[in-house]
Amino acid sequence: MALIMQNIDIRENGIAHLDNINLTFRRGGLYTILGRTLAGKTTLLRTIAGLQQPQKGTLTLHDSDFLQLPVWKRRVAMVYQQFINYPHLSVLANVAFPLRRAGVPRAGAHQRAREVLGKVGLADFEKRRPAALSGGQQQRVALARALVKRAEILLLDEPLVNLDYKLREQLREEFQNIFEGQDDAIVVYTTTEPAEAIQLGHEMIIMDEGAVIQQGEPLAVFNAPATIRCAEIINDPPMNIFYGAIENGDIQLQGGIRLKVPAHMAHLPHGPYHFGLRAADLRLGRMIGSQVELSEISGSQTILHLRGDIGAFILYEDGVYQHAIGDTVQIDLNSDRIYSFSVDGDLIAGPAAAEAYRR
Amino acid sequence: MATIELCDIAHTYEPDSADPIYALKALNLVWKDGGTYALLGPSGCGKTTMLNIISGLIQPTRGKLLFDGVDFTQFPTPQRNIAQVFQFPVVYTLMSVEENLAFPLVCRKMSHAERTRRVNEVAELLNLKDKLKRPARKLAADEKQLISLGRGLVRNDVSALLMDEPLTVIDPQLKFEIRRKLKQINEHYGLTMVYVTHDQNEAMTFADTIVVMNDGEVIQTGTPQELYNRPQTTYVGYFIGSPAMNFIKCTLAGNQLQTAGGSIPMPAGVSIPPNAQNLKVGIRPRHVQFTDSDCAGAIKGQIQLVQEFGNARVATVGIREEKLRVKLNSGAAVPTGDVWLALPVENLCVYADEMLVSRSR
Repeated sequence: MALIMQNIDIRENGIAHLDNINLTFRRGGLYTILGRTLAGKTTLLRTIAGLQQPQKGTLTLHDSDFLQLPVWKRRVAMVYQQFINYPHLSVLANVAFPLRRAGVPRAGAHQRAREVLGKVGLADFEKRRPAALSGGQQQRVALARALVKRAEILLLDEPLVNLDYKLREQLREEFQNIFEGQDDAIVVYTTTEPAEAIQLGHEMIIMDEGAVIQQGEPLAVFNAPATIRCAEIINDPPMNIFYGAIENGDIQLQGGIRLKVPAHMAHLPHGPYHFGLRAADLRLGRMIGSQVELSEISGSQTILHLRGDIGAFILYEDGVYQHAIGDTVQIDLNSDRIYSFSVDGDLIAGPAAAEAYRR
Repeated sequence: MATIELCDIAHTYEPDSADPIYALKALNLVWKDGGTYALLGPSGCGKTTMLNIISGLIQPTRGKLLFDGVDFTQFPTPQRNIAQVFQFPVVYTLMSVEENLAFPLVCRKMSHAERTRRVNEVAELLNLKDKLKRPARKLAADEKQLISLGRGLVRNDVSALLMDEPLTVIDPQLKFEIRRKLKQINEHYGLTMVYVTHDQNEAMTFADTIVVMNDGEVIQTGTPQELYNRPQTTYVGYFIGSPAMNFIKCTLAGNQLQTAGGSIPMPAGVSIPPNAQNLKVGIRPRHVQFTDSDCAGAIKGQIQLVQEFGNARVATVGIREEKLRVKLNSGAAVPTGDVWLALPVENLCVYADEMLVSRSR
């Protein structure tokens, strides 16, 4: 029992919004779709909801044609980036609305609405109007209205993007608990944040320029990104990519930097490569000189944007530190954690964690 | 450029009420010449009220405002020479980029030659040089915001640059450039800059000194490191950092702190006041370590949950009724079942009634 997309295409003015999408969503599964803005994530959800018609391809649910089914007959619920609620209705009436419209008697609709409101932590707010709630509470109302329908398919389009970061942190945790109970539904959740996609997803799908470029178990995708592009998108900050070569048993990088070839790359032939190293696998040390372009704080991390002979790159320190623009720092590379990609950008060899998932 | 002092400033929007609610409770602050400051707090905490008092849009109910020691409290806005950047870019839509930047100087009747020199200098700094002749309305949001900023920078008489959530409408990918520009501007012009935001990441990235506000009060003033390492209240410990700081209840037992999972030694220099209530120890999730049962000062708990974030994994450990988070590197081993945790004393903060118990040195 699954929702199956085959060869789905949506193009406008020569631009592919969806480019030959083939995906299978199983009942009880929670799928996170990770991609930058304009990657096609929203278009994909809208296609499932029936708000957009593909020019090519098929969409079936439990083997029956879903594309021919009008929007109102699809048992789909959707939560958007913006907090969309009926401003003139109370929280309870907002949540009960889809049931009332489907002909459920008032008492029963209200009872189910109250159950769901309890689940999203709004039990004490049922009499309020949405405008009298905080942003996080308004989004919980929208989520409750989606859940109350017990739809077969639950679509969430970057639901946390308009909330501040403490609230995002809190709601992500709550979502994890709420979604665990949705065994009868297919849940599809889009986000631009790798940590969110990894934390929430049973399976993760990376989209870029309208196409699916990798999918799999979140940690498998994180540890063994198929291409440089995947490695950039699945890491925040993006994985550092250095152009270089393997010559005479050394990795040679720009600026005359040489590293011993680590064991996991010993089998690679000489020649040019792209080398990838996560921001977390660089440390302040003594090997390579570089200058601070900007030091940013994100949560409990310091993200250092650096430039040196080796090129521009990003280093990530756990904890809060200050570095002024233009400061010189020395850094070390952890060669045990280096990924190598072909000149065309395909993963060739990765550290132990990557190889474990590639087998 | 000026040092700005707020002396016993307080403000209420209902001065005639018998029992007025103060949007800003009495506070004293000094903003040094050339410093970068962030006012950080949730909406409704009083940060915009404070900004409006400085720019003169609001007369404070009480207190004095000094610019370089001179009482400016009664001065009208134009005489204060404040440059302000708002959430949404403000540009004169019928003017070119160049005319927008020159406008404050035209108003001040500056000579044409001097005007051109200053506009060019600022355009250079903001990477707007090749766009000077373009109509301002045709630029993207981030460039429009740079124009708003530039209009403040061309003037040579600015006491301070105030910014109210200036990156709200900027695309995430473009924020990097503006953050960098703001830092460079501060260095180049030595301007006193005040940045209002509810986003801790914005505040921590921009400012050398952060003023954390809640409910009309200043809760803590400090550098990003101070807020992270020594939060003055449990609220700051929760608000700054992700995941939030852990807090575990404890009681005083001789020179030990007794928690539900075992006792830990008192950090050096901490002396708990005799009638202190509601004691808690606070520790960042990154600083908690898994250890052996025979490690002195270790506390006992049970693994409840392990969450994967890619870059890190976070284990939630139950200590009886309470929870404690441990942040680990990606791929790090996590024990199962009963575990022992070491809380290094150098990273421990002790709180009494939600306030940090200070350490003597």
